[in-house]
Amino acid sequence: MHKYSHPDLAKRPAIFSFCTDPDTLGQFQWLACYLTTGKHMGFYISFGTVLLLLAVTAPTALLFGFGGASAARSTFLPLRWFGKAYIAIVRGVPDIAFFLFFVIALDQGIEWLRHQVKCPDWDQPIRQGNDFVVCAAAKMPLGNAPQWIHEVYGFGLAVVTFAIVFGAFAANVMYGAMRAVPRAQLETAEAYGMTPRQTFWRILVPQMWVYALPGLGNLWMVLIKATPLLFLLGVEDIVYWARELGGAKTARFTDYPHADWRLWYFFVLLLFYLGFTRVSEIYLDRIMKKLTHGQATTGGEAQRKGAAT
Amino acid sequence: MSCLQTIADYSLRSLGMGERLLPKSDFTLCQQFTLIGSGMLHNIYFGLLALIAGFFLAVALAVGKNSANPLLRKPAEWTIFVFRGSPLFIQFFFAYFLFLSLKGVAPFFGPLTSAWLGALVVLFLNTAAYSGEIFYGALQSIPKGDLEAADAYGLTGWPRFKRVIWPTMLRLAWPAYTNEAIFLFHATALVYFSGFPAFKQMGDALYYASYFADKTFNPFIPYPILAGYFILLTLIVTGIFGLINKRLNRHLPQNQRQKLRIRPRLIR
Repeated sequence: MHKYSHPDLAKRPAIFSFCTDPDTLGQFQWLACYLTTGKHMGFYISFGTVLLLLAVTAPTALLFGFGGASAARSTFLPLRWFGKAYIAIVRGVPDIAFFLFFVIALDQGIEWLRHQVKCPDWDQPIRQGNDFVVCAAAKMPLGNAPQWIHEVYGFGLAVVTFAIVFGAFAANVMYGAMRAVPRAQLETAEAYGMTPRQTFWRILVPQMWVYALPGLGNLWMVLIKATPLLFLLGVEDIVYWARELGGAKTARFTDYPHADWRLWYFFVLLLFYLGFTRVSEIYLDRIMKKLTHGQATTGGEAQRKGAAT
Repeated sequence: MSCLQTIADYSLRSLGMGERLLPKSDFTLCQQFTLIGSGMLHNIYFGLLALIAGFFLAVALAVGKNSANPLLRKPAEWTIFVFRGSPLFIQFFFAYFLFLSLKGVAPFFGPLTSAWLGALVVLFLNTAAYSGEIFYGALQSIPKGDLEAADAYGLTGWPRFKRVIWPTMLRLAWPAYTNEAIFLFHATALVYFSGFPAFKQMGDALYYASYFADKTFNPFIPYPILAGYFILLTLIVTGIFGLINKRLNRHLPQNQRQKLRIRPRLIR
């Protein structure tokens, strides 16, 4: 699954000057040197990969969700069916199956499209028994592309997969939020002579966010907890490095031999996620407090009463 | 080879019975349906046992978190936070390596390193934490009038819990608990993709689905089959939980009964 590795990271010079001969070091210095090896740098960078995935996926999923929700309440029947089917199917099936499915399906879909465009006079079938064969020019990324393009492409596929799956979830939340906007608001808009399009953009969309926020906040927490699945999509993420670095090492392959430390590496990951969740919880609470301020909802009413007494 | 023969060979393959070798080439639809269905036995096993055992711990956790005594409340709060705040995927990995090092200390812990027990323990604790939070929320939203009525009747302690709090808590929590159950069955698909190895290629439905997808390089057949099985399972779970929901609400007037609204979340 992990066909790409970082040869350049292994060769990077040590950060501390006393790290040249690990055998002579005391406990503390040994650990300091061990934790700053090139491979550990890869491990630390992969935390950045996770954060980057979250930063890119969250808005993309929101966009997908908005599209799905708008489609599900469209007046055009096939579009409405499409929106509802999108929401329903993703909810009924284990997410992990979707992750495994979409990564291959997207990859093959893209290559198939490129194949149709770039090699129109190709006469052999694309599926030959158990193989998927496209012409060399249609390969994604091209066979001679540099390493980083392969990595960016893999990451991009992961982002799209996450966005499709979480978009369905966000669509569900936003569909509910759009229905929660009081009917009278929309009727007033109609009474003022607004077209359906104007009503949607000027009245419905601005008001739905308060109703959508608790669900979207929940979704954010779920999204954080889904990031380790990147590992299954073939990206070198924190799970990959924790397994790689934690495994028992003999003196033959490294200057820092140690027993099986995977337990401790995964303990660190556990702490990372717990901390991340806690911080998100605190921030979401704050945003919610701000948004409910002055709203005609139970939360807003409770705030008003709390301030009055 | 006829389809009946395939079913005879592979329908119990996930339990280690029947044909030993998995199909290697010339995959038929029948083989894929049979093997993936056979793997579903694992999903049902994990989901069912974790759900039943988890229910009791969940009630204990909810009552603990609701308690005024910090000695009971703090451990319950922390258990719920740790299992709800971290990804199940990481929990599986962590538990597997923890059990592996425990096995080094005492061979007594050996069975924990295999999926049938180790993964079950993780799923049990995980679902207990999620359901515990649901039950805790229900405990918090028991109508004040119900408790005042119990006080007026002179009910205290255990009878008060058994006759007033417990039935109301279950009734209020049931729709959310149904979602949790569906969600737990979905989560069982993670077992063989985290540290736990599939012994002698005896895996769950997703394990076989991805086996076929890897071999045929065609995801468009095995994954939709898997999806079909899971949608079927979801319908069955919803049906059973709906019957229980009906029974829990049987004393209410028809128009006040809570309808089950199925909103499973995606991932834990």
